[in-house]
Amino acid sequence: MRSRARAAATALVVFACAALPAAAQNATPPAGAPAAPPLAAKPAAAIAPEQTFRIGVIRQIPEPPPWIAPLQMPPDNLGIAGAELGIKDNLTSGRFLKLDYKLATETVPTDGDPLPVAQKLVEDGNRFLLLDVPAEQLLRIADALKDKDVLLINVGATDDRLRMADCRANVFHIAPSRSMLTDALAQFLVTKQWRNWFLMVGRTDADKLYAEAVRRSARKFGGKIVAEKTWDYGPDARATAQSEVPRGTQVGEYDMLIVADELGEFGDILPYNTWLSRPIAGTQGLMPLSWHPTMENWGASQLQSRFFKLSNRLMQPLDFQMWEGVFAIGSASLKTRSSDTAKVRAQLLAPDYDLPVFKGVAASFRDWDHQLRQPILLTHATNTVTLSPQAGFLHQSSPLDTLGFDRPETTCTFK
Amino acid sequence: MKRHLLLSASLALGGLLMADALPAFAQSRAFISNERDHTMTVLDMDTLKVIETVKTGRRPRGITASPDGKLIYVCASDDNRVEVYDAKTLKLVKTLRSGPDPELFVLHPSGNPLYIANEDDNMVTVVNVENNDLIAEIPVGVEPEGMGISPDGKYMVNTSETTNMAHVVDTATNEIIENILVDSRPRIAEFSADGKQLWVSSEVGGTVSVIDPATWKIIKKISFKIPGVADDAIQPVGVRITKDGSKAFVALGPANRVAVINPKTLEVEKYLLVGQRVWQLGFTPDQKFLISTNGNSNDVSIIDVAAEKVTKSVTTGRAPWGVVVVP
Repeated sequence: MRSRARAAATALVVFACAALPAAAQNATPPAGAPAAPPLAAKPAAAIAPEQTFRIGVIRQIPEPPPWIAPLQMPPDNLGIAGAELGIKDNLTSGRFLKLDYKLATETVPTDGDPLPVAQKLVEDGNRFLLLDVPAEQLLRIADALKDKDVLLINVGATDDRLRMADCRANVFHIAPSRSMLTDALAQFLVTKQWRNWFLMVGRTDADKLYAEAVRRSARKFGGKIVAEKTWDYGPDARATAQSEVPRGTQVGEYDMLIVADELGEFGDILPYNTWLSRPIAGTQGLMPLSWHPTMENWGASQLQSRFFKLSNRLMQPLDFQMWEGVFAIGSASLKTRSSDTAKVRAQLLAPDYDLPVFKGVAASFRDWDHQLRQPILLTHATNTVTLSPQAGFLHQSSPLDTLGFDRPETTCTFK
Repeated sequence: MKRHLLLSASLALGGLLMADALPAFAQSRAFISNERDHTMTVLDMDTLKVIETVKTGRRPRGITASPDGKLIYVCASDDNRVEVYDAKTLKLVKTLRSGPDPELFVLHPSGNPLYIANEDDNMVTVVNVENNDLIAEIPVGVEPEGMGISPDGKYMVNTSETTNMAHVVDTATNEIIENILVDSRPRIAEFSADGKQLWVSSEVGGTVSVIDPATWKIIKKISFKIPGVADDAIQPVGVRITKDGSKAFVALGPANRVAVINPKTLEVEKYLLVGQRVWQLGFTPDQKFLISTNGNSNDVSIIDVAAEKVTKSVTTGRAPWGVVVVP
């Protein structure tokens, strides 16, 4: 609701400016040149929308880590702000074709159940649902809504199984999968000839899945895991890091310490505390991400600046993924001019569908698992170092398909 | 001849200009905006030597000249203004309002007004260049960029990069009369000199849409194939068409090529290798040469239009963006 009110307010401001009397009626064009046009404008007439795209968003708040660094405190509207910007962008584009977009956002507590919330949103007429919920919940929702007229868009869950054995025909994935992220990192490390990796894995199931993706990427691109350890210094080792980390990282020679710590319990205390002077990558250090506030090429600074203007903070990966989700529907809507889910779905999978996501090359959906193929950033706290796929990783159809599970590897069969 | 005329015209203005006169003050000069070091390179087109590097406002991008070639207009994007320089003395004459984040603009063929794309604000701002009055703010799509105007000045066309449309504005009313959906990230709109074709380049879509202004329908989408260059590295940006309508040139971004196209057949005839991430193009007034700005190699390439050959490259400032050449 808030985003709609804000968008309407913006529109009013624009119209008000356009309606300002122009005091420039007396400019005289030079003789012989084409006549200068009349120097006044009327406000644009309001256009009655013919098609409304109702988009619902559900965000289930994840389990908080044992401690959060002050710089990493998640904002209350994490993700949601990106969806709001997406609606604003869609409204700006869609009004030329009499298309309207409405957003309904719902937040579910960590121990809450998002399924009834999703069912309610569908009953209320939302035909597109953006979901930032754990994989298990996403599958429950997808199966419960299987026969409903609704498209589900996964903007949060990175689990590879959702794109593989547990794929669903009614789900599209905007969030990059773990394997896309670790493949992006592996390509860069191999390009740099930093091939020997020391893998440090956290205590959670998610960390184990991230580590598994790292191992797979090592096999795929020729990295070598020369040592592997599980972090066992407890949930908050900040006070003792200087003595514990040097001992815990004596594993012989390696080029790069790769961390699998999705909660952010220990990854940030490893840099400068390791036994050897080696850089860190993975969930901390040099991170493969869908987005980062330091991304500015290919028009990215325009999106960053629009987001900052709307939300008064920097755009995080989940904000970007939610923006992408709403923008993906908006982009398809300009072609379908209809909110019919079957038509939008066909457009999302059309061979000529391309989504310009400010990363140099267009994103699009893989037809074999509905995953959005897109470049992945490799970034540290204050700079985006590079984007993968790296130059030289070739592919017969799209270099973007060198990231994640490719068509021949997929185990997804839509039911 | 031209040189003499200009010289005598300046002399007639009295000693004031002479005191400021630069060695190259009568030659044809190219002005190149350098986005990343906030300067404008002034190039002598006879010797192809840099005459001067002028400090501008922050992040200069769009650059154009008044019809008489006396004034140079520069979008200082991060300073939210348009700067107007004297093309001879290279001094800042005045600044104009621009609306927020001006990226590109087009001057009405009469020399007034100036139509400015406000990339961050989904607007085109229309400004009277004589008195700096705001004439209109036209709401357009997301991230307006490309700005073209028909030779008779009746239609202004703006492209919005994220909405993926070319918006046609009637300059008599400053209202949108047509929205044309084109391929992703439309960057540039350019009319042919006879007004019978409108070319719109799509950077991410990798195509150029050629539109018939009689119907505002797309006649053809030109696409590009270069052996050894990945399709997604072919990103059309700058477009220029010769006045006689015999040749069109399209800058292809990270493909590091300029395509030569026959506007009659709309077929690509040749690719010219230029510098890295070629962005915008500009003809010399006699149209014998075309200059391309190469953003990632920090230089411009000089293209011989008749021979269809790159003859020289000249180092500029950091990230050269736009170029305009005056007599």
